[in-house]
Amino acid sequence: MAHMLEIKNLKKRFDDLEVIRDLSLNVDKGDVTAILGPSGSGKTTLLRCINFLEKADAGSMLFDGKLYEFGKVSKRESAAFRRKTGFVFQNYNLFANKTALQNITEGLIIARRMPKEQAEDIAMKALSKVGLSDRSSYYPSQLSGGQQQRVAIARAMATDPEIIMFDEPTSALDPELTGEVLSVMRDLASEGMTMLVVTHEMGFARNVSNKVVFMEHGIIVESGSSREMFEMPKEERTREFLRDSLKGEI
Amino acid sequence: MDNRLIEIFIDSFSKILIPGLTVTIPLTVISFSLALIIATAVALLQFADIRGLKQVARFYIWVIRGTPLLVQLFVVFFGLPSLGIVIDPFPAAVLVFSINEGAYCAETIRAALESVPRGQMEAGECVGMSYLQIIRRIILPQALRTAFPTLCNSLIAMVKDTSLAANITVTEMLMVTERIVARTYEPLLLYLEVGLIYLIFCTVLTKLQKMGERKLNAQFTGSRQA
Repeated sequence: MAHMLEIKNLKKRFDDLEVIRDLSLNVDKGDVTAILGPSGSGKTTLLRCINFLEKADAGSMLFDGKLYEFGKVSKRESAAFRRKTGFVFQNYNLFANKTALQNITEGLIIARRMPKEQAEDIAMKALSKVGLSDRSSYYPSQLSGGQQQRVAIARAMATDPEIIMFDEPTSALDPELTGEVLSVMRDLASEGMTMLVVTHEMGFARNVSNKVVFMEHGIIVESGSSREMFEMPKEERTREFLRDSLKGEI
Repeated sequence: MDNRLIEIFIDSFSKILIPGLTVTIPLTVISFSLALIIATAVALLQFADIRGLKQVARFYIWVIRGTPLLVQLFVVFFGLPSLGIVIDPFPAAVLVFSINEGAYCAETIRAALESVPRGQMEAGECVGMSYLQIIRRIILPQALRTAFPTLCNSLIAMVKDTSLAANITVTEMLMVTERIVARTYEPLLLYLEVGLIYLIFCTVLTKLQKMGERKLNAQFTGSRQA
């Protein structure tokens, strides 16, 4: 069967710095893929390139039967891709001038021309899924970081995307607030949502995701099922990284 | 205080106030509204970084901010007729004030646009909105909240700057005052009086600014803030 998302030979450099060097990655439907790696390894850039927030220099991507050439993607193509995907940012990026509910309906009413009532209905369902139906009329500034991130997740899933990308979704949160966000993500995974998650949360990578990709210096050092990766990593560098990361967990 | 002065004061108050209401305020309101339209357009041209047009915007701001308002009034009212372009005093004043203020407000709005975090634009892109939709519904409303106090500053400044229109024969408050001074020889009393009327106008605007700020803030934080 064809992969849901197929990235081939992605390359990206910022001036002199080669951030991603010839990277290929496949994602299947229902996969929850955790992308791990030390800071500066290019994880976030990879995710941003996939969603065209950064313009990659070369490579291609096959998604939903459509081929995207990274070097020459038109605005129309990137918009089409984004309408079928969701993206969750490290610092939430909720629209500051919109309530929690409006943050979710905005993309439905404005970008997808959905009738208001239908959009609000979907938005309320999404909010209750993340446990925030009683906060629908709150503005982002009235919500805690964890609540904002849950609204952001509700916003990403309300459009019924084929895949949701998470860029370090808990890195800006206090440890006590990461739990509520991770549990929402776990629920989403158990419903079969395809997820691509850049994270430092080893517990999530080990217990929730079914695949793990380990990146360093802009390449994938090793990838495999999370069981394989955590129990018998092949590469010495992966072993070292996991050992150091897991030390912090205990 | 002698009765004559009190009489002049009371008698001239309505005489000065009426051109205030019929000339100064309309001149300010019309000019400032046009200035805001010009400013928003010029700010967006720069923000969107449209090649060519951005240079035009920078040139406009450079010229307008670099020359005195009074000189601009003279060029349009006394200068243009030699090219065959004759504009009545009031429209000439509206033209100059709106173009002049537009340059200053454009910088205010541009700075406010740039102060909106980049993530707001990216989030809009990620939910599938177009560039113009994001600008109109997400970026501009946030920028206007930031720009509002500074724009109010410009508006208050403009109320007083309209007195320069007396120089191109617009019968506004200062010109009427000068006429009464010429008749009564009471410059101190009358110039203080016109100053007082400007102060009243600006006080009202300051109150309106406060109300506006409260309303704008409520738009971002809700009314039931704990």
